[in-house]
Amino acid sequence: MAKTIEEINQKIRDGSVVVLNAEEIIDFVREKGVRKAAREVDVVTTATFGPMCSSGAFINFGHSDPPIKMARAWLNDVPAYAGIAAVDVYIGATELSESEGIKYGGAHVISDIISGKPVKLRAISQGTDCYPRKEIETYITRDTINQAYLYNPRNAYQNYAVATNSSNRTIYTYMGKLLPRFTNATYSSAGQLSPLLNDPYYRTIGIGTRIFLGGAEGYVSWTGTQHNPEKQRLSNGTPTGLAGTLAVAGDLKHMSPRYIRPAVFERYGVSMFVGIGIPIPVLDEEMMEFLKISDDQIQVEIFDYSVQRRSKPSYGKVDYRQLRSGKINIKGKTVQAGSMSSYAMALEIADLLKDRISSGSFELTNMVKALPLEGEYRSLDILSQEEL
Amino acid sequence: MKKKKLVLSFPEDRVTKPITYKLVKEFDLEFNILRAEITPDAEGRMLIELKGDDEKIDGAVRYLESSGIRVQEAARDILIDRESCVDCGECTSVCITRALSLDKKTKKLQFDKDKCILCELCLDCCPVRAIRVNM
Repeated sequence: MAKTIEEINQKIRDGSVVVLNAEEIIDFVREKGVRKAAREVDVVTTATFGPMCSSGAFINFGHSDPPIKMARAWLNDVPAYAGIAAVDVYIGATELSESEGIKYGGAHVISDIISGKPVKLRAISQGTDCYPRKEIETYITRDTINQAYLYNPRNAYQNYAVATNSSNRTIYTYMGKLLPRFTNATYSSAGQLSPLLNDPYYRTIGIGTRIFLGGAEGYVSWTGTQHNPEKQRLSNGTPTGLAGTLAVAGDLKHMSPRYIRPAVFERYGVSMFVGIGIPIPVLDEEMMEFLKISDDQIQVEIFDYSVQRRSKPSYGKVDYRQLRSGKINIKGKTVQAGSMSSYAMALEIADLLKDRISSGSFELTNMVKALPLEGEYRSLDILSQEEL
Repeated sequence: MKKKKLVLSFPEDRVTKPITYKLVKEFDLEFNILRAEITPDAEGRMLIELKGDDEKIDGAVRYLESSGIRVQEAARDILIDRESCVDCGECTSVCITRALSLDKKTKKLQFDKDKCILCELCLDCCPVRAIRVNM
């Protein structure tokens, strides 16, 4: 027996759809078996809520009078990229304020726009015949601008890494504060709730898939940058490190500050917590085999972040059940583990998406194009033109 | 029996006195040194938890004060702003006494004040600045 997305959408419309979140499905399958579960459940909701640096927003301000072709622009003193058309900019989540530094960055600007707070816009230009204005200083809000949409080039990483520190000093990284001599370790994945770990070969999540993004409806817009589908996988299909990624887009004006939050990593920089939820249609039994995955069946590699090189020493693998217990073992030592991404928030999003589907306000989509299952993961080498 | 967390400050000339020995021997107190340090100006500081009869604790405090040691109640507290906390749990990895942990069931952050030794390692590791010290 197989179900189509059209059939599932019909059930959403007539109110008979059965939706569980990716945590609930584990026990459900354990009780009823894959076959029965695949027949009874139509949709499984997955979600993640973690710091995702590769995020940002396109904004179109509308034209001033006289008009300006913005060459450089700042939002609350945070530089935005203005090297596109006259009043379009891209504000990156990790960009820092020129006056406040690490305390305020692009992620804060994005969050302030979502919240409807006034944001100061300053821009300069060389001036042209058609765009004579050379500078502008004004205030904007969510409601005064034309478009504001999140376009994140790399989100929802299919697994990540565990970070620890073997050195004799505390280090401050994008994986948080790592105390000396293997005192702590951090990790960042929703594990059994994570979208791409529940659809490891991208059968249903692809370009065009409708998702929950920051509280609003969003879409998978492209393959994420650094997408690395050929990463080593376990027999259940889940990769043990950084593998697939998604580029996602959605309307900032409809998002909620609860699901898009600025993050500041001491002595590292600014990042942004992004809340993403993705519904997975239970097309057949094979899909249910993937969806029943639990934390103890997903592994991730431990790396030494005190080694300031591209390749870091590995201390082997650990599963997410061990990580979530708060204690793991590294080289015979018990190390405290903490998460960078929030499981509680991911669960909240998975449940919210479940409610939206059950109540008929969120329908599933067929992807337009699948994410690649092959592709090289390249490094940047320092070369002369002749060596290329 | 009661428990009391105290901050003891020892002036330079008292740093070498066997104070804690007396607390056990003469006041029959159970004590736990949570933190101890000598500051750059050679003042010794100690965060201790005393357990024992009310009267004996009061007696011990009087003895400490008469020995030239400044005694303050450990009034500082770690405060968690539940509005900004996202329950990621990053702080739990640096919390060596496990005062901060994620609730097994709800996966939300919980704080056990009694286990906190005010080391403050968690303060600058919170990505949403939800943890602060209340003086």
